[in-house]
Amino acid sequence: MPSRHRAALILASLCLLAVASFGLALTVGSFKVTNAEVLAALLGQEGGAGDIVLQLRLPRALAGFACGGLLALAGALMQVLLRNPLADPYVLGISGGAGVGAMFAILLGLPVIGIDGLAFTGALAAMFIVFGLAHGDGSWTQTRLLLTGVIVAAGCGALVALMLAIAPDERLRGMLFWLMGDLAQAGSSWPPLLALAVAVALTMPFARELNLLSRGMMQAQALGVAVDRLRYAIYLLASLATAASVTTAGSIGFVGLVVPHLVRLATGNDQRLLLPASVLAGGSLLVLADTLARTIIAPQQLPVGVLTALIGVPVFLFLLSRQPK
Amino acid sequence: MTRPLLEAHQLHVEIGGKTVVDRLDLALEPGERLAILGRNGAGKSTLLSTLAGLRKPQGGAVLLDGEDCTLMPARQAALKRAWLGQFQADPFGSTVLETALTGRHPHLGRWDWESTRDAELARRALQAVGLESMKERQIHTLSGGERQRLAIATLLTQAAPLYLLDEPLSHLDLNHQMAVLELFAGAARDGGAGVIMVLHDPALAHRFCDRALLLCGDGRTESAAVDAILTAKTLSELYGYGLRQLEDRGHRCFIPE
Repeated sequence: MPSRHRAALILASLCLLAVASFGLALTVGSFKVTNAEVLAALLGQEGGAGDIVLQLRLPRALAGFACGGLLALAGALMQVLLRNPLADPYVLGISGGAGVGAMFAILLGLPVIGIDGLAFTGALAAMFIVFGLAHGDGSWTQTRLLLTGVIVAAGCGALVALMLAIAPDERLRGMLFWLMGDLAQAGSSWPPLLALAVAVALTMPFARELNLLSRGMMQAQALGVAVDRLRYAIYLLASLATAASVTTAGSIGFVGLVVPHLVRLATGNDQRLLLPASVLAGGSLLVLADTLARTIIAPQQLPVGVLTALIGVPVFLFLLSRQPK
Repeated sequence: MTRPLLEAHQLHVEIGGKTVVDRLDLALEPGERLAILGRNGAGKSTLLSTLAGLRKPQGGAVLLDGEDCTLMPARQAALKRAWLGQFQADPFGSTVLETALTGRHPHLGRWDWESTRDAELARRALQAVGLESMKERQIHTLSGGERQRLAIATLLTQAAPLYLLDEPLSHLDLNHQMAVLELFAGAARDGGAGVIMVLHDPALAHRFCDRALLLCGDGRTESAAVDAILTAKTLSELYGYGLRQLEDRGHRCFIPE
């Protein structure tokens, strides 16, 4: 059990990591900007280099941080809800639903706002379908929820594949980038940041109850947790957080799975520390990965989802191989 | 006059449409120990979780400390009764001490962290079940019996006046079976705690409980003082297997024919 003091220390060092990731994201790129110029721009001085920092890099870094934080938080919550350390934010079909919406919008040639709107609608539709089916007879068990989610996700995958198959060539590139997850498509950074702030504020008061829930529903209920209400709330919150992130930047993989895992290995499974630490670590990781994605073969940009997956797969396999038998 | 810790009024319990308890009336006073016995699938665990308020009865009411437990917030119920389940699944890692400390949850405010006093209570509970030296061990490295004793320590940390124990002796060796039964007998005798436990050994039920409740599995129940009800005749009928009764220094022993 981490003491409050130790938790504060870990969170403070993760805050430093987040600041460092922003520092890197603002200074590195195809156009060189010095640290002094970044600082000057942030402090409100007008100038040539300042525009790049304030208009291009800062919003993108903020959106990346918000999406990474939302995904890591949603992943940690899904792992508690399904009591399965291998669950991730997409396992219940939210990204599949958003993918169907977004592909349809791109296929129709809608503008960015239309793509975002349909992606969010698709995510909500998947959320309600899974909830409705899994909850249908009131049993609402983890297995039933997981199975329903996986089936809905598979169905969405088929629809996405269908739309990719019939899409004209000039639209394909945009569709693929959306599916892999790409921060270049992120519009304003405020919606995901606001979503992150609200999600963290709503989750943290229940962190100790989540600790109990992860040990078993009956045990948690016996120890004084209103389990049914808490599970509905987590499901809604994790789904909406995922939807907010996917709408902003497409389905960026592995952040939501690997970050809570890494943090759990480093700090233990106390949600009071795990949740905020995952948010900070996930946000920083995505900002760093995105900085890499747009500099590695500059001026061409890679979709950040490819990088997170490339980093995530070996890290995850490594973690899996070390799991106690 | 003291109020009963637990009352059941005309309680009706079903499992999958099959009635296992029909119109049961029950009251448990402070310091009283009740054993629940019956065949596999007779509804012992289901009845116990219903009494704990973890499951809605199909009819009748359960009162915890005089209040209907279906109307009681979960946290308030957790201060009035502690429940030991049959299974502990641990998908996530945790230390022994952290697990014992979860029992303090209902006593803590929303933003509180466990204090040194809570840690001291958890340490004493671990000491009571002989796990004090394993405080920092990961729970998935424990044996079945050690995990069961940890679950009991968590229950003690919860410090509720009523214990509902579903097969508290499972996985325990003989030495720890007696230690656990002595522990709860002591809590009832010295602390005025009420104890209801599901047991499979009628001899231990006779030795460590005041009353026994027999579940026939078809809705019928029978309850009386252990001396009167735990006899070769009733138990042979209950289990559907002939038993012979021996007495030794006031302790009863039942031997299968």
